[in-house]
Amino acid sequence: MRIKNAIIFILVLAIVGLAAFTAFNGLQVGDRTIRPVKDSIKQGLDLQGGVFVLFEAQTDATGAELDQLMNQTIGVFRRRVDAFGLTEPTIVREGDKRIRVELPGVKNAQEAISMIGKTAQLQFIAADNEEVVVTGNNVKKAEVAFYDNEPNPVVSLEFDVEGSNKFSEATGRLAQLSNQMDKIIYIVLDDQVISAPVVGERIPSGRAQISGKFTVEEASNLASLIRAGALPVNLEEVQTSTVTATLGVNALSKSVKAAQIGILLVLLFMLIYYRLPGLVANIALTIYVLIVLGVYVAVNATLTLPGIAALILSVGMAVDANVIIFERVKEELKTGKTIRASIDSGFKRAFRAIMDSNITTLIAGVVLYQFGTGPIKGFAVMLIIGILASMFTAIVVTKFILKLIVGMDLTKNSKLFGA
Amino acid sequence: MKIVENRKIWFAISAAIIIIGLVLGAVRGFNVGIDFTGGTLMEIELHKAVPVEEIRAIVNEFDATANVNLLGEERTMAQIKTTKDLDSSERTEIFKAFKEKYDLPEEDFLRIDQFGPAVGKEIQRTALLAIIVSALGMLAYITYRFEVRFGLAAIVALIHDVLIVVAVYSILRIPVNSPFVAAILTILGYSINDTIVVFDRIRENLRFLKKNNYAEVANTSITQTVSRSINTSLTTLITIVALYVLGVEQIREFALPLMAGIMAGTYSSIFIASPVWVMLKEAQKRNSGNPTPEVK
Repeated sequence: MRIKNAIIFILVLAIVGLAAFTAFNGLQVGDRTIRPVKDSIKQGLDLQGGVFVLFEAQTDATGAELDQLMNQTIGVFRRRVDAFGLTEPTIVREGDKRIRVELPGVKNAQEAISMIGKTAQLQFIAADNEEVVVTGNNVKKAEVAFYDNEPNPVVSLEFDVEGSNKFSEATGRLAQLSNQMDKIIYIVLDDQVISAPVVGERIPSGRAQISGKFTVEEASNLASLIRAGALPVNLEEVQTSTVTATLGVNALSKSVKAAQIGILLVLLFMLIYYRLPGLVANIALTIYVLIVLGVYVAVNATLTLPGIAALILSVGMAVDANVIIFERVKEELKTGKTIRASIDSGFKRAFRAIMDSNITTLIAGVVLYQFGTGPIKGFAVMLIIGILASMFTAIVVTKFILKLIVGMDLTKNSKLFGA
Repeated sequence: MKIVENRKIWFAISAAIIIIGLVLGAVRGFNVGIDFTGGTLMEIELHKAVPVEEIRAIVNEFDATANVNLLGEERTMAQIKTTKDLDSSERTEIFKAFKEKYDLPEEDFLRIDQFGPAVGKEIQRTALLAIIVSALGMLAYITYRFEVRFGLAAIVALIHDVLIVVAVYSILRIPVNSPFVAAILTILGYSINDTIVVFDRIRENLRFLKKNNYAEVANTSITQTVSRSINTSLTTLITIVALYVLGVEQIREFALPLMAGIMAGTYSSIFIASPVWVMLKEAQKRNSGNPTPEVK
């Protein structure tokens, strides 16, 4: 019995040690590699730097009409954001009229914001005087169309009233010019010419067609580019946050250092105050931290600055369950019970207190998750994972290891248990 | 320990802190962050120490009411805080002015935080709602697991902790912003956790209840759990102090109220929650005249 217990205990120590090493440094077995935790956890904007903007659509539309507007806007944002070539941009609708845009790792934050939120980036420029005729603001519609007398698809445009007047005037002027090169209207998106149709005649109706030897795909690409030039609705920035990468990296390294020192101090405290059970609690605590980080990687949660704070805080609170148990075991020992019996009844009595206190805290965590956004949500996720993991480690892991140690029959000295 | 008997002293200490905080808050106002009022916060790295007046001169052209601070170890980081909700192009203009004057590259525009005024109101509303909803949830759970008087006493302790933290925010002039909401909610969870452990002991010790002496049961239970209460707060405090000492500015703003909250939580679980529960029980005894103790 003693030897069996000792072997299991050493095995547990070895597994925990290996797992801790892997979490810190990563592991390579043959051609399989496990990345260290710090490389696998997705970092929030406040840690890796980037831009976050919350836009609000200025519209009275509701229902299906609003949904369509919002979807179109998100589509336009996507196309614009893709131009930055970022790895993990997030563009989601929040509530009814809001769109949350998160661009991690963007270099020039201010420029990115103005690029995304600009209403009109599309310009129609007359070749003769290089003046802007109309902008994307004036474009009401841009779609692929087919005509009987045309073998190829065309892009059909429709302008608003102001655009129709300006377009009519400009096409009237250009149509009369003799030089072919002067009769062009350049369609420019972000300083890039996406199309350069030649004006054939004056277009007074506000409806124009761009024809050429388009394939269907080319025509629909052009149409969607023109549509992307104009947001279907005016947007207001209701909240912005940008952090440079240097600032974020600094925050991360400082918080990680704080976490390491904080956890180390807690481990020391437990060892000095509770001795043998303290050591057991420390093994459980190490497992706790590994579980929390593992779950974090597994659910692909985003680590934010408040999230790190919650993690560190939860370490302090995870100790609590152990403290409740050990205090109880100590009391049982004082009544003259054997170590084994004291552990059993101590755990049993502590269990109810641990369950009830953690479930009430869990209620706060869930409410926080429901109501919070962004970093607060990150904090809530960390809190919830922390509470569940701490209950598990205290009730299952601590008990298991304590029993192993008692099973090894190393000592009958109840002083080692703090009594 | 005669904790219940001396309850007037404990209540008075708490009341004093809360009143000082709230009166100070009412007189000089809270340091409300831009997330709540709406506004813009910008941080620009200047790479050299520049007199505040010089920065102010640049900022004044855009908003004369802006608040200018120097941050960082070498005080080379200009922080501009304005209650005006500046849009993207206005912010670009301000940075351009700095860029031209100090010849800065783009990456020196370290941070922008901008909140429209509506957002602030929403955060306040959701925060209040979150507090009320979680308090009701906890009350329901405690009533289900214990008894309604335990739930009410726990909620009193909880409101006490929240008020103490609000008082600390007011006294130390910590910015009230979204981390404030997270801090308050963490304290809600923490404080109730602490209180429940004491109540659990009372629930257990009610078996030995003699002559309906609730005060004695409460005193015994507090004595039995006090070393746990203190040790738990100590370990939690150790980690938060580490965060406060080593962390960055935003974390420190969060760590400070948490420290106050954890101390308030420990204090209230010992000195507020159980005495309040005893008061409720004694009121029940007087009203019903029913001598049978309730064991649940």
